Amino acid sequence: MIAIVDYGAGNIRSVLNALRRSLDSLALARDDNSLISTEAARPSGEPFGMRSPTGRAQIFSPEEIVLTADTAVLRAADKVILPGVGEASTAMKALSDCGLAEFIPTLTQPVLGICIGAQLMCRSSEEGGARCMGIFSTDVRRFDAAAGEKIPHMGWNSLFAPAPLPSRPTGETPVSSCPGAGEAPMSSRAQSRDLSSPLFKGLPEGTYVYFVHSFYPELCPDTIAVSHHGVDFSAALAKDNFFACQFHPEKSGAVGETILRNFLSL
Amino acid sequence: MVAKRIIPCLDVKDGRTVKGVNFVGLRDVGDAVQLGARYAAEGADELVYLDISASVEGRKTFCELVSRVAAEINIPFTVGGGISTVDDAARLLDAGADKISVNTAAINNPGLIDAIAAKYGSQFVVIAIDARVVDGRWMATTHGGRTATDRELFSWAKEAADRGAGELLFTSMDHDGTRDGYPCETYAALADVLPIPIIASGGAGCVQDIADVLTVGKADAALAASIFHSGEIPIPRLKQELNKLNIPVRL
Repeated sequence: MIAIVDYGAGNIRSVLNALRRSLDSLALARDDNSLISTEAARPSGEPFGMRSPTGRAQIFSPEEIVLTADTAVLRAADKVILPGVGEASTAMKALSDCGLAEFIPTLTQPVLGICIGAQLMCRSSEEGGARCMGIFSTDVRRFDAAAGEKIPHMGWNSLFAPAPLPSRPTGETPVSSCPGAGEAPMSSRAQSRDLSSPLFKGLPEGTYVYFVHSFYPELCPDTIAVSHHGVDFSAALAKDNFFACQFHPEKSGAVGETILRNFLSL
Repeated sequence: MVAKRIIPCLDVKDGRTVKGVNFVGLRDVGDAVQLGARYAAEGADELVYLDISASVEGRKTFCELVSRVAAEINIPFTVGGGISTVDDAARLLDAGADKISVNTAAINNPGLIDAIAAKYGSQFVVIAIDARVVDGRWMATTHGGRTATDRELFSWAKEAADRGAGELLFTSMDHDGTRDGYPCETYAALADVLPIPIIASGGAGCVQDIADVLTVGKADAALAASIFHSGEIPIPRLKQELNKLNIPVRL
């Protein structure tokens, strides 16, 4: 069962739609016998159980995707997704009000934060001065307009493997040390290395994903993919069973579906 | 570096695409979802669906279409046409649209931009401006260029951005349909004064026109309809050629 954390933080429809598409394609790719196949009643109001465009019935039952804030359900889930749009301090307050801010860091199954969900898994955010869950050892900053890039950072940008961080005093601006920070156009860069995290299995460096955000998690030892928008930042993070994407896999085309399938296959 | 975006635009009436479509391999060339999925698979970076229905029934059908697009298509999409209230925008958001575009209604009621942006964020609001040169000044028009307004392009675009529009979709009515290219100097001048991304629309006849508006014109994205629908410039070829010109695109 896949649980989407329901804490009232914005539109989860695209995440739901993308999960459904990813489950469809996983189901097609796997041995049908290994999958559950029940025709359960679908929860009212949400299109969990729509048929695939191929006309083939879904092999996963609709009730395998659950929208919940119930800690017992979250604890029992095979995978947990923490979505979020909007403003970080408001989202963090909503998570705390649901009693989930202390609970989520105790989860042991694979957990994926998306966009604001990813930011809430960091230590803090400059947006509204939010103190966040502190799963990842980094903080969330606002893009600096002085860097000359448009804010929000909106559109398709490429992912690169993080370079080893040079040692530096804490609090200093991260040094642009990764590939992707140079002057050469991204498209002309060698794209031979694979991104190493299991989340990016099968995806080479330079892969494009879709971003919409004004705040970013800084580089840190938990960074698994770097992107560049005036500054190098953590496009994705991982630590133990926790994963997070600052970008939107649910809107990132075939690449995004690969990432979601990789997560669902962990 | 953020890639330059290529955006096919689909005009929809009563739930079906209306522009001439010359694709093979589609079961139903009028099916707006199927055509959008085809473009997404070919490498389109976003899609725009414009509702040109005039009827209440057509609007309802469009909203249902938006739900189907959201369920089937894995890239961001903008919807526009006939959005004149926050409730109109809310219905399309609930149906799964990533952004909405406002044009005539925003000229008649600029506060609509503030209201939608305050509720759903600037990233959700695209200000669309159709303008043409009148006595040496770029003036906004409505109703597909048929109705003149007293809004000057640059001041209106700046005001819309100040009010919370997150992107500008500017179409020159003097160039739209001519296939003679875009007014690149105007786009570049807009890019110099606006803090928000700019989508160029109307006038593309060849790959070089699009390359020019993305470089000389400093546009962030290029939107087109007929060159894609006719199959004349397939998206994969367009992006390969832009890449060869060192324009950053998602391949």
